[in-house]
Amino acid sequence: MDLSTTYMGLQLKHPVVPSASPLSRDLGTIKAMEDAGAAAVVMYSLFEEQIAHDQKQLDHFLAQGTESYQEALSYFPEQEDYNLGPDEYLEHVRLAKQATDIPIIGSLNGVSTGGWIDYAKKIQEAGADGLELNVYYIPTDGKYSSMEIEQIYLNDLKAIKESISIPVAMKLSPFFSSFANMAKKLDDAGADALVLFNRFYQPDFDLENLEVVPTVTLSVANEGRLPLRWIAILYGKIKANMAATTGIHTGIDALKMLMAGADVTMVCSALLEHGVPRLTQIVNELQQWMEENEYESVAQLKGSMSQKSVAEPAAFERANYMKALQSWKVII
Amino acid sequence: MSQRRKVTIDGNEAAAFVAHKTNEVCAIYPITPSSNMGEWADAWSAAGERNIWGSIPDVVELQSEGGASGAVHGALQTGSLTTTFTASQGLLLMIPNMYKIAGELTSTVFHVSARSVAAQALSIFGDHSDVMAVRQTGFGLLASNNVQEVMDLALISQAATLEARVPFVHFFDGFRVSHEVKKIEELSDDDMRAMMDDALISAHKKRGLTPDSPVLRGTAQNPDVFFQGRETVNPFYLKTPGIVQNAMDKFAGITGRQYNLFDYFGAEDAESVIIMMGSGCDTAEEAVEFLNNQGGKYGLVKVRLYRPFSIEHFIGAIPKTAKEIAVLDRTKEPGSAGEPLYKDVVTAFAEAMTSGTMPTAQFPKIIGGRYGLSSKEFTPAMVKGVFDELAKDKPKNMFTVGIIEDVTNSSIDYDPAFITEGDDVFRGMFYGLGADGTVGANKNSIKIIGEETDFFAQGYFVYDSKKSGSMTTSHLRFGPKEIKSSYLINTANFVACHQFFFLEKFDMLKNAVEGATFLLNSPYGPDEVWQHLPRPVQQQIIDKKLKFYVIDGYTVANETGMGARVNTIMQTCFFAISGILPKDEAIEKIKGSIKKTYGAKGEKIVQMNFNAVDQTLAHLFQVDVPAEVTSTLEYPPTVSDKAPDFVRDVTSMMIAGHGDDIPVSKMPVDGTYPTATALWEKRNIGLEIPEWDTVTCIQCGKCANVCPHATIRIKVFPPEHLEGAPATFKSTDYRGKEYPGMKYSIQVAPEDCTGCSLCVEVCPAKNKTEVRLKAINMVPQPPIREQERENWDFFLSIPEADRKEVKIDTIKGSQFLQPLFEFSGACSGCGETPYVKLVSQLFGDRTVVANATGCSSIYGGNLPTTPWAKNADGRGPAWSNSLFEDNAEFGYGFRLTIDKQTEYAKEMLVALASDLGEDFVRELFDADQSTEAGIMDQRDRVVTLKQKLEGMNKPEAKRLLDVADFLVKKSVWIMGGDGWAYDIGYGGLDHVLASGRNVNVLVMDTEVYSNTGGQMSKATPLGAVAKFAAGGKPTIKKDLGLMAMSYGDVYVAKIAMGANDVQTLRALLEAEAYDGPSLIIAYSHCIAHGIDMSKGMDHQKALVDSGMWPLYRYNPTHIAQGKNPFKLESKAPKIPVKEFTSTETRFAMLYKSKPEEAKRLNDLAQQQVETQYRYYQQLEELMGKLMTPKEAMEEAAGASE
Repeated sequence: MDLSTTYMGLQLKHPVVPSASPLSRDLGTIKAMEDAGAAAVVMYSLFEEQIAHDQKQLDHFLAQGTESYQEALSYFPEQEDYNLGPDEYLEHVRLAKQATDIPIIGSLNGVSTGGWIDYAKKIQEAGADGLELNVYYIPTDGKYSSMEIEQIYLNDLKAIKESISIPVAMKLSPFFSSFANMAKKLDDAGADALVLFNRFYQPDFDLENLEVVPTVTLSVANEGRLPLRWIAILYGKIKANMAATTGIHTGIDALKMLMAGADVTMVCSALLEHGVPRLTQIVNELQQWMEENEYESVAQLKGSMSQKSVAEPAAFERANYMKALQSWKVII
Repeated sequence: MSQRRKVTIDGNEAAAFVAHKTNEVCAIYPITPSSNMGEWADAWSAAGERNIWGSIPDVVELQSEGGASGAVHGALQTGSLTTTFTASQGLLLMIPNMYKIAGELTSTVFHVSARSVAAQALSIFGDHSDVMAVRQTGFGLLASNNVQEVMDLALISQAATLEARVPFVHFFDGFRVSHEVKKIEELSDDDMRAMMDDALISAHKKRGLTPDSPVLRGTAQNPDVFFQGRETVNPFYLKTPGIVQNAMDKFAGITGRQYNLFDYFGAEDAESVIIMMGSGCDTAEEAVEFLNNQGGKYGLVKVRLYRPFSIEHFIGAIPKTAKEIAVLDRTKEPGSAGEPLYKDVVTAFAEAMTSGTMPTAQFPKIIGGRYGLSSKEFTPAMVKGVFDELAKDKPKNMFTVGIIEDVTNSSIDYDPAFITEGDDVFRGMFYGLGADGTVGANKNSIKIIGEETDFFAQGYFVYDSKKSGSMTTSHLRFGPKEIKSSYLINTANFVACHQFFFLEKFDMLKNAVEGATFLLNSPYGPDEVWQHLPRPVQQQIIDKKLKFYVIDGYTVANETGMGARVNTIMQTCFFAISGILPKDEAIEKIKGSIKKTYGAKGEKIVQMNFNAVDQTLAHLFQVDVPAEVTSTLEYPPTVSDKAPDFVRDVTSMMIAGHGDDIPVSKMPVDGTYPTATALWEKRNIGLEIPEWDTVTCIQCGKCANVCPHATIRIKVFPPEHLEGAPATFKSTDYRGKEYPGMKYSIQVAPEDCTGCSLCVEVCPAKNKTEVRLKAINMVPQPPIREQERENWDFFLSIPEADRKEVKIDTIKGSQFLQPLFEFSGACSGCGETPYVKLVSQLFGDRTVVANATGCSSIYGGNLPTTPWAKNADGRGPAWSNSLFEDNAEFGYGFRLTIDKQTEYAKEMLVALASDLGEDFVRELFDADQSTEAGIMDQRDRVVTLKQKLEGMNKPEAKRLLDVADFLVKKSVWIMGGDGWAYDIGYGGLDHVLASGRNVNVLVMDTEVYSNTGGQMSKATPLGAVAKFAAGGKPTIKKDLGLMAMSYGDVYVAKIAMGANDVQTLRALLEAEAYDGPSLIIAYSHCIAHGIDMSKGMDHQKALVDSGMWPLYRYNPTHIAQGKNPFKLESKAPKIPVKEFTSTETRFAMLYKSKPEEAKRLNDLAQQQVETQYRYYQQLEELMGKLMTPKEAMEEAAGASE
């Protein structure tokens, strides 16, 4: 049984990879994920805004109240150095590489080109085998057209591709008017992989305190249908690899994504919910199903149920929607 | 020899540099202005900096200077090279050990930034009263006059003490030298090694106590030998001057800088000579040089080695031509025949006369005078005034100079217009806000000029006494010659105003010379600015032909993300205009300095500052100055004409910055000042103030409760009081049942509010149609200032609530009580003052406050004004500060008086019972004063009593009149911070708590020494970064409450207003009601925590939720009632410790600097919090069981069987 797959030029022993999550903040957990069989690990994201914010906050609060009153010209001891911003992250990537034998993929989250190039280079220097770009951008300002927004993504990608040599994946949200077109453009711009899809944190309302509260909910399996559809649609139409993320909780979920055309499947919620050993279980389920159904390799089933491989390509399009609606039965 | 660097540093850093390099142990305790020396030493050791022998000195903080000197003594006695840094009261606390250290001939140097000793008032500023108080201890006294000398004489004294075996106090003037930044030559390690004799160090170590070669030191001696023993040291003292001079000579051989025990400067044939020591010598030298250049024959003797005083060397320094001598002392010894240096000089001449070694033909005319107490300015004009006085036939002896002493007329005249500074010196004055970073930028500018050019550079910084909205004035001098002007600039050729609104308040151009440059940070461009300037500003710009520049620094700061910090922008303007460096070079240097200053804080910060530099020049313009004044805007009066006489005559002078002009005759003779004066100082520092929304408001009172400055007030009143209300005055129907038909009003004091927005943050009511709005919302102050001023005045005219009626045990009710602590100068959003204010509301009309030195004594008692206030009856808290270390005992003394005088009053009542009427006396005796109504009734009885007594002729009646007011309940409040309660004052506090007497102790626990800048105390929690705990405090916080509870009869409460305001209120009420000692430990968020102060109350809540601050009350009165005295009032920890600590810089910075250690300490803290909570839970259970009657216990036990 050959479970191996290739993702962004990286040879992976199987297609199940922990996605960017707080799990990779701890070196011990990264090691545990490797021990549980992870084929690679995508590191938690280096948040560009967070770095800028942290630096400004520290500067602000260390300076607050200083040089104002004769008896207390400062309030804190001078420190030679602070571990601010990328240093801590880069050190973590370095240590993760040292501690494991699997590919380590760095992750960058932000919006600006300027800061990214520098950080991308540093992540490469720290030893990352690949880089995932997460353009966390919600265009709320109505003055920008969709074209302009798309161009931001393309510019970011191109700038980074030009400045580093390790492969680059784009983690995307599904919220593009013409996703297929966008995927194609990113593919043309040199993306080594597309990671589908990002789940933005959705704010909620706290009615007791009348506040908007950020909420983090773990994904559920049926959320996987959105990436499943788009991976199936894009398979064979772009050069870039595809990683499926969101809603992969079992080996069966992973299989579906692979059959839609994903090169790897990324897990997060399942591990957060059930612990790192769940990863072993997913791989085992995957393997077991393939054995039971007499598949020889992942390569064999990859894309086997993509849009171009199924009998009814329209099943991925609007007709499917009509059919789905008709299949509902009203229960009285 | 290694290369010597030019460095631009202050006196404290210079002293600490040598001390750290040449010692092995530093034991210190923070005290202004010496604290920075210990902090430097600690920072260097924390960074792994080594001494000249390659070892990292051990720097430790003690609980007091007494403790520090004990540790120094011990470390010396066991052979370590040991030092300490202190000043003022701190030095006085070291005196007992100084006698011992000197008596045992122990080599050490104490570095002292000389400061006033508290007498009629505390002062943090510089004079020699502290060092003069130790001249009898046997320590040598060596004076440095400027920053270079501090570094040099620190080493000379360190070398000399080892040879002489006489310990030294090496001192220099507090602030004027300790905080003056100057370009100097730094000594190299090789210099220091060359001066330090290894054999002498070895001998010092060999004298150390060791069981390997045991000796006994510190015996008790009897009359038979003590005297002889005391005389054994004589040869050492006789040799010391020679040893010091040798060290000075050796030093000169190494560095080229020659010092002498007494340095003479001036004409060889001088006839008039001034003798003095300290920073004034440099000023005197400048004046003498100027006068001699004009043909004068003046001289100056700078005393360096004051003890042991070598008459031989002194006489040798006096020019033979001297006919008249003025000795200037920077200290006061009331009642003496003269100040100390004067007397030494007279003695020296008398002895020379006796021994036939007179240096002069005749015994000269010698007069003595005082100058410069508490950093009072000492200028060349005053020096000339002294020489002029000397030239008179009958000059004043024991004169004063620099003040108007119009009571005994000791002061001498001088002409302030006498100026000695040359045109080759750049003299710049920069006015900024503390928060805008002006001082920091100027310190960087001095470094750039000092270290990157051949210019000599000097910087001195003046701050006002308020902790919020304070103005800073930077005095910068640069020039081709060494700068001797150790006084403030009064003829500036560059004036920069970094905040536009200052123009309306202060005459900052008064010191500008003709043709000077004026740089203004202005929201108005070069074409509009003129019309916005006050008339006097326009007038001076024209009259003095000033070159006038404007920069819109606010816009540049906003656009570049700098916020309020215009520092980098204004610094760039300064370099661009002043031309001290070529523009491009200057910008390159500024950027280099930015990199150095902000590099550790991240690239983003560096880039933000770079961007600000780059954006600045495009916004800088020279203004075409019109030929005529067009403005009619004048400076507003300093205080209202309704203010009391003292405030108008004296206080207003201080507020306006003219305190130097107040004559002695206007000053209270004994340090007694009126209260209720802060209300006259309208500071207008709140850019935004709260506005009340009557509809959304739920009338909970929380806003007024948390207001640190008592600027948001609540009244409930009958509708008829609204008659004549201004049109914009707001009120609404009162919602509660207790005042049916009444009106309710919340009003802000617009000119006193600091804009901290704590009130808005705690407001629980939200607007139903727009949830971002609450019942109070911050709005810009200027547009509503006039209207709200009128509303505030009207609000004040509405009568206060009847204290008999108010439900004081609810937050809502308590806020109807008038605060008798208002408008303090505490930090905006202070976490301490809400407690102080609440105490003043609840008990202020019957309270005497003993206040430990610290933040609360500064915002409570630092002139010009005090926030302690009075009610309409003229009653209010009486307040005093004794010391830092004795506050509990001081307040205990108040209680002794109250109890004694009450007892005496009752004795007199008994004696007069038949005259006054038995029933009336019984009423006075037995009055129940446990309620407000009871107290007010008793006050009425005392009024009646006094009326009766007035008409009586018996001596007992007269005596009772003196003490009759003691028949009304008095409340003693002992207040202070954790530095006092946990550390320096703990011994006394413990004793007072154990006394059983009725005192109320309020500890405002900020978990750090806030007032002196964030040093660790024993209240500092595990893992918090503080000065002297740069790596995070490794030990847990002392549990002061638990220790006090162990006495059983002490009321103890741990409170945090932001977590539970009702518990806070109840604890205060119970503590005051308890007829015994009470201890309230109140968590006080603080600017030293590195938090957003507007969220202070949220931090308090999170702290309690994390379990780090359990809330409880222990009420001994419950024991007698058979009830559990201990009530744990906070729930089990709800959030992890890290969730709280990650929001405060004091903890979070450790994650940024030492992440592994931060994690380790966090884990320990988490464990400790959980253990502590379980402990308190079990304590509550245990105390509950102990209170259960034995029978019930047995019954319960039987039932369970």
